[in-house]
Amino acid sequence: MPKAPDLAVNFAGIRSPNPFWLASAPPTNCGEQIMRAFDAGWGGAVWKTIGEPIVNVSSRYSSIDWNGQRMMGLNNIELISDRPLEVNLREIADVKKRYPKNAIIASLMVESKREAWHTVVAQAEDAGADGLELNFGCPHGMSERGMGSAVGQVPEYTEMITTWVKEKARTPVIVKLTPNISDIRVIARAAKRGGADAVSAINTINSITGIDLDTLIPRPNVDGKSSHGGYCGPAVKPIALNMVQQVAGDAETGGLPISGIGGIATWKDAAEFILLGCGTVQICTAAMHYGYRIVEDMIDGLANWMEEKNYASIEDFRGLAVPKVTEWKHLNLNYKIVAHIDEAKCIGCELCYIACWDGAHQCIYLDRVSGPVDGPVDLHTKPASIEAATRTTITVTPIPKLDAHAAASNGKNATPLARIPRIDETECVGCNLCSLVCPVENCITMVEVATGAKPETWAERTAAEDCKPPALTQH
Amino acid sequence: MRQSEEIAERFPDLHPPFEAQAAIAEANRCLNCFDAPCMAACPTHIDVPRFIGKIARDNLRGSALTILDANVLGASCSRACPVEVLCEGACVLHRYNKKPIEIARLQRFAMDSFHAAGGTLLRKSQEEHPEKIACIGAGPASLACAAELRQRGFQVTVFERRPLPGGLNTYGVAEYKLPARASLEEIELIRGLGVEFRYETEIRTRQDLEQLERTFDRLFIGVGLGAAHRLGIPGDDHRDVIDALRFIARYKTSDPPPIAESVAVIGAGNTAIDAANAARRLGASNVAILYRRAERHMSAFAFEYEHAKQEGVRFLWRVMPVRIHSDEHGIRSIECVQAAVGEDGVLAAVSGSNFHFDCQQIIYAIGQSPLLELLSACRGLELSHGRVAVDRATGATSNPKYFAGGDCVNGGREVVDAVADGKRAGVAIAQAFEAAHA
Repeated sequence: MPKAPDLAVNFAGIRSPNPFWLASAPPTNCGEQIMRAFDAGWGGAVWKTIGEPIVNVSSRYSSIDWNGQRMMGLNNIELISDRPLEVNLREIADVKKRYPKNAIIASLMVESKREAWHTVVAQAEDAGADGLELNFGCPHGMSERGMGSAVGQVPEYTEMITTWVKEKARTPVIVKLTPNISDIRVIARAAKRGGADAVSAINTINSITGIDLDTLIPRPNVDGKSSHGGYCGPAVKPIALNMVQQVAGDAETGGLPISGIGGIATWKDAAEFILLGCGTVQICTAAMHYGYRIVEDMIDGLANWMEEKNYASIEDFRGLAVPKVTEWKHLNLNYKIVAHIDEAKCIGCELCYIACWDGAHQCIYLDRVSGPVDGPVDLHTKPASIEAATRTTITVTPIPKLDAHAAASNGKNATPLARIPRIDETECVGCNLCSLVCPVENCITMVEVATGAKPETWAERTAAEDCKPPALTQH
Repeated sequence: MRQSEEIAERFPDLHPPFEAQAAIAEANRCLNCFDAPCMAACPTHIDVPRFIGKIARDNLRGSALTILDANVLGASCSRACPVEVLCEGACVLHRYNKKPIEIARLQRFAMDSFHAAGGTLLRKSQEEHPEKIACIGAGPASLACAAELRQRGFQVTVFERRPLPGGLNTYGVAEYKLPARASLEEIELIRGLGVEFRYETEIRTRQDLEQLERTFDRLFIGVGLGAAHRLGIPGDDHRDVIDALRFIARYKTSDPPPIAESVAVIGAGNTAIDAANAARRLGASNVAILYRRAERHMSAFAFEYEHAKQEGVRFLWRVMPVRIHSDEHGIRSIECVQAAVGEDGVLAAVSGSNFHFDCQQIIYAIGQSPLLELLSACRGLELSHGRVAVDRATGATSNPKYFAGGDCVNGGREVVDAVADGKRAGVAIAQAFEAAHA
């Protein structure tokens, strides 16, 4: 019986029973909430950003629904903690006393003065915080006052304030990066130069989620007006993964611990962030949507996967995918895959057909026939002709007794051959689109075909003194 | 029309309408197949993925107009169609071990929203053409033909022998599927296009037809079928031996008829099942369907059979009625014999197997005869097995002035088949005149 995987982590010196932290946000607003979160299984919590208390507006959130599902993306215009600093500090101390094994990170944001930062760092650490997260990422409201992303968008400010904090801090310092910038690596490098022990990425993305088509007021509506907010939730995960990889794969910042943030809702999402180098992950939207209870399956699912893959600890697989991301010029130009349809699984929706015709490379055809055909079979018929033929067909309701044959051919479980598309493998460019639109798991797979050519990248090809066609292996 | 509250209570919707959010969730399940099998399976070829997508995207007017463009009786078809063997039966999700999309309920949702918003039918051409077309009968085939022609600017008059339009849609579809008022509400939109309706005007004789021929450029025959086949056994003239279609029409359009404790329904087609279910809902405690052949031979759809069993209808297989017994109080029983298929393959009575099924009412649904009197009064109209012979793609008959569609052509199929027939004929008539004008 193998030992159960150990999910405990040591993140830049901060110990946590598991890599799942609640991000600095409404779910970490107060001590009472955080204690309930720890009871539910969360390894750590980044306290809702503390600083000079602010005043909030109502409403504060808006979201994007997709295909009938709620909150594919969430947007907020809530500011940092609106509770007095002393109350937050007192509660940090209280929670830390009761939950000594869980990680409590104090998220900080004060005006850009050395003195102010020194003061708040000392206060947070005196209260018992295990680490500090510098909120240089908040994109709304606070940035108008020279804080949040106003700092995180300027490498010099980021480095300067990080330096001030490090002058005073005794606990690890995490700099939270904003994605609202053209190259996140520039800020990550600045944070590192300032002495940051780790970074967290990404903060929310500037957004307007939508506009009410009756009132013409963008959401969220605050008395007839709106303001751009911070976008998060499942929709932002791919952007976050890319930015995390950029930091993890950078020559300067590689090796700097990263706490991954951005659309993480399941153990699979978490595993992906860890594979790209993250030592912990932070979750907000999913907890806002479903509550703290979601951490149970994050822990359970990740542990089961680790056990299946034989990973004893998070460190065993952390970062394994980082070297698998490279620049385009290093990809093998001579690798070829083609689409393959499993006829037994095909349900005949023909979505691959129309996707290939209108959105890809016109190499999927509907030219199979279900039975004997009188005369030639029309090859390479275009979509409009196929639809037009259907519209002119005379169809009648099959009546049991009278139309036994028609009823039988309308079989519920067999796809007529005529509805199963055919792929022209010589024309297929291996783009994946058909396999992405196919609603049936593993029905369309991409199969490697030997080209006989040696691997060659664009970099290699253009590095050659004169451009020659790829060398073919002689048999 | 009188519609008693009692009928509304006893015949609630078999498939209740969707709430808006449930409709959107269901619409979002649709895969939006290319050249979708559901569209191919629909006799009127409604673009199902298109109208469902419009529901999902909150474009209900566009959704309803997509339906109506293909099928002007989209509302009644959404309730009356045997979708299990049509669009929903063809849904690819069956092959994916999933529930098919509830196309009919989504269609009804779009159409109900359209009616609630006071939607009206669109013209397909703003031109007005002088040609006059008479549609004989106001059932689904004629209505579809009339709407198509009027939408293209032709002058259409519909002649109907009954006081209300709709044919079987109004008088013959089980109330829990399609209430008569819903049928009439939908036809009101066709009237709104400017189609003229003449009710209680029966076209029956050669003289009637000759008069129409003088006034109208084309005649569309959508008269459906004629009288119900009678049982042809001693006692079948008793007043409590009732034709199923008359029985259904009566409860749908007037006060609930008196119903007996025990009712025998003869025949095992869809109409027999509608009548048997209605007898149960009207209060009969013992309703049995008597059929001379076996379960597997019944002409009702499988889902109708299942539904009848759930309504508490009993089935007696391989029984042939031979005599109806009555006294001064009314019917006492129907005497039957067991039927068996002999060595020669012919169904025959098993001698000595006579038994009595005690009942006070007998409803018969063993088919309808063609309206031969009218059809043979149309000059030069070729018939085949009592049906009007037509070119299926155009509804053209052997007389160039006459077109036909619906039950009088197909021998008795579904509402949607009649609509498809009527529409094809309307298109063909219009195209010929439009070409002449061009």
